[in-house]
Amino acid sequence: MKVFCALYRGLDDASGNNEKIALMREYFRSAPAHDAAWALYLLLDKKKSALSSGALRQRLIELTSMPEWLFEECRSHVGDTAETVALLLHMLPAAEADESLTSLSLHEWMEREIPSCPRDDAAAQREALGRFWRALDARDALVLNKVLTGAFRVGVSVGLVQRALAEALEVEGTRIQHALTGEWAPSAGLFDALRDARASLDVSKPYPFMLAHPLEADFAFEPGQWQVEYKWDGIRGQVVKRDGQVFLWSRGEELVSEAFPDLCEPLAKLPDGTVIDGEILAWDEEGKRPAPFAVLQTRLQRKKLTAAHLREAPAHVIAYDLIEWGGVDWRERPLTERVAQLEAIVREQALSALTVSERFEPKDREALEALRESARERGAEGVMLKDRASTYQPGRKRGLWWKHKREPMTVDAVLVFAQAGSGRRANLFTDYTFALWRGGELVTFAKAYSGLSDEELVELDKWIRKNTREKHGPVRVVEPAHVFELAFEGIAKSARHKSGLAVRFPRILRWRRDKPASEADTVERAEALLNL
Amino acid sequence: MSPLVAVEPEGLRCERGGFYIDPAGSVDVAVITHAHADHARIGSKRYVCSARSLEVLRARLGPDAVIEPREYEERFALGETTVSLHPAGHVLGSAQVRIEHDRAGVCVVSGDYKRDPDPTCDGFATVECDTFVTEATFALPVYRWRDPEAIVSELFDWWRSERAHPTLVFCYAFGKAQRILAHLASRTDEPVYIHGAMDKLTDAYRRSGVRLANTKTIPESSSPKDFAGSLVLCPPSAHRSPWMKRFKAPQTAFVSGWMAVRGQKTRRGYERGFVLSDHADWPSLVRTVEETKARTVLVTHGSSDALARYLREARSIDARPLGHLYEGDEGEG
Ligand SMILES: [Zn+2]
Repeated sequence: MKVFCALYRGLDDASGNNEKIALMREYFRSAPAHDAAWALYLLLDKKKSALSSGALRQRLIELTSMPEWLFEECRSHVGDTAETVALLLHMLPAAEADESLTSLSLHEWMEREIPSCPRDDAAAQREALGRFWRALDARDALVLNKVLTGAFRVGVSVGLVQRALAEALEVEGTRIQHALTGEWAPSAGLFDALRDARASLDVSKPYPFMLAHPLEADFAFEPGQWQVEYKWDGIRGQVVKRDGQVFLWSRGEELVSEAFPDLCEPLAKLPDGTVIDGEILAWDEEGKRPAPFAVLQTRLQRKKLTAAHLREAPAHVIAYDLIEWGGVDWRERPLTERVAQLEAIVREQALSALTVSERFEPKDREALEALRESARERGAEGVMLKDRASTYQPGRKRGLWWKHKREPMTVDAVLVFAQAGSGRRANLFTDYTFALWRGGELVTFAKAYSGLSDEELVELDKWIRKNTREKHGPVRVVEPAHVFELAFEGIAKSARHKSGLAVRFPRILRWRRDKPASEADTVERAEALLNL
Repeated sequence: MSPLVAVEPEGLRCERGGFYIDPAGSVDVAVITHAHADHARIGSKRYVCSARSLEVLRARLGPDAVIEPREYEERFALGETTVSLHPAGHVLGSAQVRIEHDRAGVCVVSGDYKRDPDPTCDGFATVECDTFVTEATFALPVYRWRDPEAIVSELFDWWRSERAHPTLVFCYAFGKAQRILAHLASRTDEPVYIHGAMDKLTDAYRRSGVRLANTKTIPESSSPKDFAGSLVLCPPSAHRSPWMKRFKAPQTAFVSGWMAVRGQKTRRGYERGFVLSDHADWPSLVRTVEETKARTVLVTHGSSDALARYLREARSIDARPLGHLYEGDEGEG
């Protein structure tokens, strides 16, 4: 555990990617295989939380008998519960440290100690956490707290971890990527399996997704070079058919087969050894077009799917690409060949639940832009441009695939509440709630966190401190004075905000210093966007 | 009986003694707790300070200032009061001001202070009193310092691990820089580069008899290869300034109590943070307040509300915030 904590601190302090890779490579090489597998699991953020940060907070307050308000002062100053708790451990009343814990290895912590701390029994939690915390110094306790709450973010991307591991094991990066996609267990044998190039892959394994960059401003459009299609607004996923079974994976590498029985059944017709990349959507059967994203979302939130749900919002896959065919990895073949084969398969199998994404050939940039603008009425997010010769490569490779989203929807809204941010933005009021006019009243509409420059953040923070009207816990109610242009990708009815609306991916486009609050938009104006 | 000290526009005033403590404006008599820029300002007619503070205060106020040095614990009269200065352990020459009056009792103004060992200054002396005015720069329980020797060892090892590029350590030019140099004196003979802004004060420390590591002031013109593998001390204001361009691919760290919180380190853009402070941490603040046996505690600087409330509610001490006395420099810490 101590070595792993030192790795965490090293990564936290490291200034460049090379340094981070070197630290991880050394760790993977030297750590015992079972610990290294767990470290990998944590670095890739696979571990689900064992405790909520609220429980951590509560147990610390009980164990130290410190006043709750003092904890809150500290938390809002530090900006992170796991870290605040670690920094406050010196307040624990003195007691004998459990020596047996101090030298435990990472896998013993992960497999024995942490699972011994129950999720729902406060007294037992108190007992376990008291033991854990007394055995570690504040710096190692921070790492433990992060592991417990499942917020183990230390600024290394999946790509970096995979590169470091490939270097440590001296195997090809693409192999590591494929083997680590999807679900796997951090066992002692994992590294041996990764090293063994002939080891057979788990039948459910998807491939790492190929992603696109946003189109760059100086992009020159050459009609012959690009395959153009809509960018659909659903769940990007892979359909894997092997050994008579269908597996559906989301881009977040989650197995979502269970949520889509209405896809798994018809897609079982696909021959074994087929992997298709596409978009999972809720389908409007009458219109033969995707239903709004909100429909899919409601369906995903259901714990149990009934026949009625399946009827109301049937699922559908719009296929983009073919990655494996006849059990052979097709990623090195050019896009045109992969798509041609995809069309042939769908034609032969007469699949009802899957269609191939329509392709377009705009003759010039103007036609491309027109197509992009038509995306909204088609229920799409924009268009994709894919180099016809491109191979299927993991991650974002500049220049091969571009995404060109339609212009976002915008409204001008008034800042009404502010709350301190976390991490880098702790101590600054950077989490905002915005409102729109209804009658003579401002009603909340959306929250947004990003979009302002650092200078603007600091300026607004100062203003918020001076213009607070009321405090409700961490929330400041401010004078309704400043107007911001908000952009978002979609809008739907929702009870989450007073306005009765909710938006997707809201962000601040700019600070409208030219507009007084009275000239901000109305709820009616936002509602008009619902029908677009 | 009205209190011995009160906050006025010029600063903390002792009316019966006819003086101010660390005034912001120009006054007749200024008693100076220590020579940090936010406590020692030019423009007053007469200054009283500790004898150990004389060299550094002179460097700050210039040759024409009228400065009256007093030994620690020496009792002298100011107006109707008897005043004495006592070590505060903050920086070289730092003092607490003890004020005694027949009827108004004893008040101690701590100035900035710390309880950790520091080779550059006399250790904090507890002075019992009726009213204690305490600082509260780091007055949240998340601030608790580790052993300074251990921190300096980590800093030393970190410097030694980088021999190809310069190591830039950012720290307050008065106090922290010399404290680091004093700790390094027993560890290396290699000269440590210092920024021009640290030059005069570092000399003043040497003239006061404090043993420091060898130093070399960074010359106006220099080439990057001069600094390969060297340790460079510089003030936080130099971070990301054009001045920094002379160093090729340096590793950077900030030495400050603020570095105890990860978000602070990330926000300020340093690679490393070393938690070493010249202020009292939370346990020291609470312990000190209790040791003075003061019946009234006035809290100033930083998180004064939190400390005052904690003392009232958890320790049953009559404590309240004194309002913002000094515009604290965030670089100090
Ligand atoms: Zn000071």
